[in-house]
Amino acid sequence: MKQLIVSAAPHVHSGDSVRRNMLNVIIALLPAFIVSVVAFGWGVLIVSATSVASCLLFEWLIAKFIMKEEPTIGDCSAVLTGLLLAFNLPSNLPLWIVVIGALVAIGVGKMSYGGLGQNPFNPALVGRVFLLISFPVQMTTWPRPLGFSSAMPFVDAETGATPLAIMKNAIKAGDSSLLNDLPTLWDMAVGYLGGSFGEVSAIALLIGGIYLLCTKTITWHIPVSILCTVAIFSGILFLTIPGAAAPQYHLLTGGLMLGAIFMATDYVTSPMTPWGQIIYGIGIGLIVVIIRTWGAYPEGMSFAILIMNAVTTLLNMYIRPKRFGEKKKA
Amino acid sequence: MKTFRIGGVHPHDNKTYSAHKQITEVPLPQKAVIPLVQHIGAPSKPIVQKGDEVKVGQLIAEAGGFVSANIHSPVSGKVQKIDAIKDAWGMTMPAIFIDVEGDEWLPEIDRTPTINNICKLEAKEIIEKIKAAGIVGLGGACFPTHVKLMPPPGKTAEVLVVNGVECEPYLTCDHQLMLEHGEEIMIGIQILMKALGISKAVIGIEKNKPDAIEHMQKLASHTLGVSVEPLNLRYPQGGEKQLIDACIRRQVPSGALPIEVGAVVDNVATIYAVYEAVQKNKPLISRVMTVTGKEVKNPGNYLVRFGTPLSDVMTVAGGVPETTGKIIGGGPMMGRAMNNIDMPANKRVSGMLLLPESESLRKKPENCIRCGKCVSACPMGLEPYLLSKLSAYQRWDDMETHNVMDCIDCGCCQFTCPSARPLLDYIRVGKATVGANIRARAAAK
Repeated sequence: MKQLIVSAAPHVHSGDSVRRNMLNVIIALLPAFIVSVVAFGWGVLIVSATSVASCLLFEWLIAKFIMKEEPTIGDCSAVLTGLLLAFNLPSNLPLWIVVIGALVAIGVGKMSYGGLGQNPFNPALVGRVFLLISFPVQMTTWPRPLGFSSAMPFVDAETGATPLAIMKNAIKAGDSSLLNDLPTLWDMAVGYLGGSFGEVSAIALLIGGIYLLCTKTITWHIPVSILCTVAIFSGILFLTIPGAAAPQYHLLTGGLMLGAIFMATDYVTSPMTPWGQIIYGIGIGLIVVIIRTWGAYPEGMSFAILIMNAVTTLLNMYIRPKRFGEKKKA
Repeated sequence: MKTFRIGGVHPHDNKTYSAHKQITEVPLPQKAVIPLVQHIGAPSKPIVQKGDEVKVGQLIAEAGGFVSANIHSPVSGKVQKIDAIKDAWGMTMPAIFIDVEGDEWLPEIDRTPTINNICKLEAKEIIEKIKAAGIVGLGGACFPTHVKLMPPPGKTAEVLVVNGVECEPYLTCDHQLMLEHGEEIMIGIQILMKALGISKAVIGIEKNKPDAIEHMQKLASHTLGVSVEPLNLRYPQGGEKQLIDACIRRQVPSGALPIEVGAVVDNVATIYAVYEAVQKNKPLISRVMTVTGKEVKNPGNYLVRFGTPLSDVMTVAGGVPETTGKIIGGGPMMGRAMNNIDMPANKRVSGMLLLPESESLRKKPENCIRCGKCVSACPMGLEPYLLSKLSAYQRWDDMETHNVMDCIDCGCCQFTCPSARPLLDYIRVGKATVGANIRARAAAK
């Protein structure tokens, strides 16, 4: 008889793979992507394509020629990083800046630590924050969507103040009448407002989030704890500080939805255990509201996630899963 | 519907190949080889010599210690020699070789199919009889059954938890046994309850066996203190700690035995053997095995005398298909891959699963992406990603603090890992080393 194959149990596998998870997240991003294309036009496609292509290229080059390893761009994680980076950029950003962002995201944020799974910080956010600090003017010049019927030209975008900038001015002045300039809640929910192109439509992002929950790609712990913390904390501020915006404005603006559903839930940089994830989510929620209210920047989601990324290792160390048969301490 | 409360996975159960196949007897071999290690604990000591005539059911090797078991001859004939054999995993062990002549049974064994439901023996006599019959747990661990029936001082049994779960994919022998011998199993349960001096028993059966649930429920309705608990599908529900949690909502503490929470767990196949030993004077000389796989010609449930070469069993099942890449002793989650099938059937082998070559190789491992799926899947609440990493760095003491000894080898972590990492391989290495360290410390004291 021919030789039999011998290996240790288990002999079957669930069929889950890195690639499948990454593809699920990419699929979940599609509704928001479509809304952005409709609202902002060709710029969205051009910025995304540039970002994804440069992320793939940089990962391939670094793996092949610097790390001298077999490149693993087939696992789609670089595609996802590129897409998430693009979602955090204005759709009229000069392309050379996009390429620099991709280089920092992949080169510094991911490969310098040893590639997939090794990085402590979310690579897309590392790239985004680098661009925000280095090119503040270009990064905060957002095109205003002209309406769902007319596709916008890429370069001649009209720009406008974002809801978060309005909210910041209102709280600085302590004057809640300034908040009257805010778009309607409905405009915010569907994405009819200025901002980084992927973060504008809360509804589209929520649809993606539901898809991720249904496919068990993510669990509810991180998004729910972030959104609840933001709602409660900003609600307290709304009732106590003059000029503070109501919780619903906090929930629907800026990168909150995108961050809570897609960025904070990044496997590599978020905690392993349910309780660790809840604490991590609460931390992000608190920091983002603090930055939005008292910080120098109008938006703090990227910073909040990066700061809590730094705490993830500690949370993994101290927040253990409940062991079987463990007795509650009296 | 109940299930255990921590972790678990849901592999495809693949039971259709052999489910509801009548238990079929495999013909006697010409030469039987009976290994002297068929249980956990000390090897048995042979009490026959070359040239001795033996009958079916005759004691041929005695238990070699408290945790050990008697071995009886499954065939009649002449002892040819006592020599070493290599088992299907390459381990050498002593065995008794018997040239089979006829099929002559000891006269005291009742071979009629009549069901004998009256047991007048005292608890002590029952345990003595189970011990004499060489009965071990047939669910997989092969722990001598009589040891479980004698709780250590200070501990008392309250509930008998009967394992009819068969959570391993593919296997169907326990299912078929419940359908064909439910009444005997029910009597066996009552005998064990008497031996333990308890009045309550729960039979856990997963809901993918609705006919077995119905059958046992019907029988249980006539039996005082016995109930059936239909359970949701979830692997590893047949692990004794998980089964106790699922059936009676108690969690056995780390490092302790089920008796700590008043439970004794026995598999339905073991209980059937108990019935045969106590009521029919028949020692443990055969068992039902599932032979299955996508490409097996006659998959089914086979009654096999110990000592029969597994290759003979395979012949009855239609031979080994050309495309077979792997043959597993047991189920796909915890079974062991064999490198040959010349080994004789024995108490330890609950089935043979033939996987085609295309399903035999592992996927190439990728980097850990720290998704935490292994942590949510672990039914013991451990952190497999961490344990495997600690093992890779040989940090044995840290593994001990992170409860590696609680690991039950179920394989949920490795099954679920999107990066197909060999988590359990690393954890096993660590568990062996940590276990040796613990024993060395105890010896030094």
